[in-house]
Amino acid sequence: MNKEAHETDARASTEVPSDHDDAASDRNTGTEPTPRALTVHEPKPGCRSRLRTLLVPLLAIVTALIIGALVIVFTDTSVYAAFEEGFLQGIVQALVVIIRAYSAFYVGAFGDPGQILGALLSGDTTRIIRAVYPLTETLRTATPYIFAGLAVAVGFQGGLFNIGAEGQYFIAGLTTVFVGYALTGLPALIHLPLALLAGIVGGALWAAIPGYLKGKTGAHEVINTIMLNYIAFRFAEYMLDVGGPMARGDGRPVSPEIQPSAYLPRLFPGQIQVRLNAGFLLALLVAWGVWWLLFKTTIGYEIRTVGHNPRAAKYAGINVARNYVITMAISGGLAGLAASTDILGVLRFMPNAFHSGYGFDAIALALLGKSHPLGVVLASLLFGALRAGARNMQGIARVPIDITSILQGLIIVFIAAPEIIRLIYRVRQLPKGEEIDLTHGWG
Amino acid sequence: MPPVLELKGITKRFPGVLANDSIDLTLEEGQVVGLLGENGAGKSTLMNILYGLYNQDEGEIFVRGERAHIEEPNDAIALGIGMVHQHFMLVPVLTVTENVMLGMESTRRFGFLNRQVAARRIRDISDRYGLGVDPEAVIEDLPLGIQQRVEIIKLLYRSADILILDEPTAVLTPQEVSGLFEIIRSLVAQGKSVIFISHKLREVLEISNNIVVLRRGRVVGSTTPEESNERDLAAMMVGRDVILSVPKAAREPEQPVLRVENLYVRGDQDRMAVDGVTFEVWGGEIVGVAGVQGNGQTELVEVLTGLRKSDAGRVTVDGVDVTNAPPRKITEAGTAHIPEDRQRDGLVLAYPIMQNLILNTYYQPPIAKGIRIQEEPMRERAERLVNEYDVRTPSIFTPVGNLSGGNQQKVIVARELSNPVKLTIAAQPTRGLDVGSIEYIHTELVRKRDEGAAVFVVSAELDEVLSLADRILVMFEGRIMGIVPAKTATKEALGLMMAGIKSEGEATNKPDTRREA
Repeated sequence: MNKEAHETDARASTEVPSDHDDAASDRNTGTEPTPRALTVHEPKPGCRSRLRTLLVPLLAIVTALIIGALVIVFTDTSVYAAFEEGFLQGIVQALVVIIRAYSAFYVGAFGDPGQILGALLSGDTTRIIRAVYPLTETLRTATPYIFAGLAVAVGFQGGLFNIGAEGQYFIAGLTTVFVGYALTGLPALIHLPLALLAGIVGGALWAAIPGYLKGKTGAHEVINTIMLNYIAFRFAEYMLDVGGPMARGDGRPVSPEIQPSAYLPRLFPGQIQVRLNAGFLLALLVAWGVWWLLFKTTIGYEIRTVGHNPRAAKYAGINVARNYVITMAISGGLAGLAASTDILGVLRFMPNAFHSGYGFDAIALALLGKSHPLGVVLASLLFGALRAGARNMQGIARVPIDITSILQGLIIVFIAAPEIIRLIYRVRQLPKGEEIDLTHGWG
Repeated sequence: MPPVLELKGITKRFPGVLANDSIDLTLEEGQVVGLLGENGAGKSTLMNILYGLYNQDEGEIFVRGERAHIEEPNDAIALGIGMVHQHFMLVPVLTVTENVMLGMESTRRFGFLNRQVAARRIRDISDRYGLGVDPEAVIEDLPLGIQQRVEIIKLLYRSADILILDEPTAVLTPQEVSGLFEIIRSLVAQGKSVIFISHKLREVLEISNNIVVLRRGRVVGSTTPEESNERDLAAMMVGRDVILSVPKAAREPEQPVLRVENLYVRGDQDRMAVDGVTFEVWGGEIVGVAGVQGNGQTELVEVLTGLRKSDAGRVTVDGVDVTNAPPRKITEAGTAHIPEDRQRDGLVLAYPIMQNLILNTYYQPPIAKGIRIQEEPMRERAERLVNEYDVRTPSIFTPVGNLSGGNQQKVIVARELSNPVKLTIAAQPTRGLDVGSIEYIHTELVRKRDEGAAVFVVSAELDEVLSLADRILVMFEGRIMGIVPAKTATKEALGLMMAGIKSEGEATNKPDTRREA
């Protein structure tokens, strides 16, 4: 399409983008990640466009599940055996395998509906909690995902691609666990917030380094966050390895246990196996806070303006370099909270082999959630469910747990390359300005 | 004899829009047809169909009386149709000959290039049409006017006899424009036929035999220069009467607001882009900067607005020293800035209009309360400005990227000029806009001047500078060639200065209506 045609149609209807030429889209590609979806008093923008925004991620998940089913079938020897007996038997066996796997998956993620119903009818609290145990595991698993996903999302909003959430997570783990075990005799009311704060500060400072380097020298944050990851991994190894400064001293490469006063309280303390803790509630609260900060404050306005169009931000008098530092610090602080809640709520110490992978899944979460806090929470719940479900699927249906990684990978590919989904399902591309550009800031 | 080119009922649809609606156009041999229309009227679409970049949905093209099937540019070239695009397609480091040969190299045995043969042909063409192009010259050393002639040679070298010139005068000085017109006359005198695309009325009237006016994809008028005049053509183009020059009452300048002393600015190529300029802009006057693009105007504006650092010199706004100050300090000193590249610098295309309108005030009350951005004042302000500045939009929530260029510019003008300002800096304020929006923006700038603000306008359009400014400052290679009162300025004199030829009189550094103390 040429420029003239677009200018003509911009005139015909102002709904149509006025300028699609490549130069223009290169220089200002960022788009509003549906902040309007949450601003109650703005009823005007169409509800349809919001639904459409969700359409591609949903279709991506569905497509991934379908391909995942094929992978399950193709890796199941019983299906091959059934096909040798006959085509129909083969198909039936394939369906059986898929249904068995995915129902085990569902039960692992959300609990057995029959059991839950029975427990609810009996009114026995203990039974109810046992029945919904898989669901609590989903929520617990989702907790660090939410923090890490928010971390990367804030970066995207500010035009920064924080690949360093993993490293920030490690540094925050060290600071949190140190405050957790080294300070003794404090009341929980002081010790717990202090330990959380230690994680936030550790992550924030670590992340602020590449932010500062980018603002000051233009050094690309992708390279620097990756490099700082390695430093963080090795630093944590040094601190925690046998004989290291923070090792327990009993010959195991783990930190000492944190003081009970730094524990994040479990939500069902009577049920020892239920590990769901206050960290999940904190995650929801923080997600709301991030949304408020991004879309309701001058700080968020600056972050997003720099993210969308740094030149316009500079023109508007925003200190772009300082904003990079602030954005990275907020991002790192959020990544830090992922480590803090994991340690204070679940592990209660920091192992040397702490390789979590959250920092990298977080990129997928931010993409899936369209860099919007609500989207990130939903995406994290999905990933939590995938992880929790996969454990059960492996146990009951004997489907390898790796299938989850394949599903996650497929979902991410489809989200990152939405053209594939659009092509398969013939979804029309939204006009520019309504579509969310997820890969902005990747350059 | 049949016309050399005839378009009949050309229709082209793009999703949701009729770009060309049953367009008829006839070009006789040895004539110039002026194709006039605002941006988005369908001129380029039509020419791209003719050149084979698009295919029409309906309609027929006849070349020398025969039905032509133009599927791709090669078909057009084979039929003798050639096009000079607005942006030249030349390789800067190659010579004229090498550029012209590109794509159809003459070779000797074993595939060695035969530059001599090509150079000889180019010299022949150049002499025949009075182009004055040296085949051995390297493109990047040539001024834009000559580069354009190289583009024309490229067409003639390929034996084109129907030449499409797309906005050929946009990058030229007045002298270069008259040079181009001489070439066009020499071309048609020797049997070539030309389609001259422009939105500049005067030029179309001067060079064309026939004028075709497009509006919203349709032919709205077909006339000749003898039967028409600027006013009629403008009305036809826009669809209503247009004020061609802004009515402007005489006004006494009050006191200097912007003072620039011995300013030196290094450009991107590390040469002095602004090479020691000194001038003042007084409250209540408009100073226009004329000059061919790339002579330091962009860098000058960037320094004045804090987007670039100067190497030496001093800038004050209303007595406040803002030399190398950050943009916010300059804004707070009372400066409004309409940036040269509105999409890149002036707007966040993805933001709704409402949020673009607070780009320079988001941190101040009443928009901000502490760190909170207050929705109500933001919306009220947006509603008010959209009405006041006539921004045509479905709502204040529409992303600015979805607006037309004219409406995008109105958003910027509304944001910048709605604050009480002492100095307005406008760079290319009407570039790429339609006549209606140009008229509107000119009126707003004059209003600021009448309110007593100092207005500094940089424009590549000499007509714009002449009609807006009270004093005209001409820049060439980073230096001020002269500052002349607009009342006594002539296009010819300005053109000479724009080409680097110093004017006779001394530069008037202050408004001439200045009262002696």
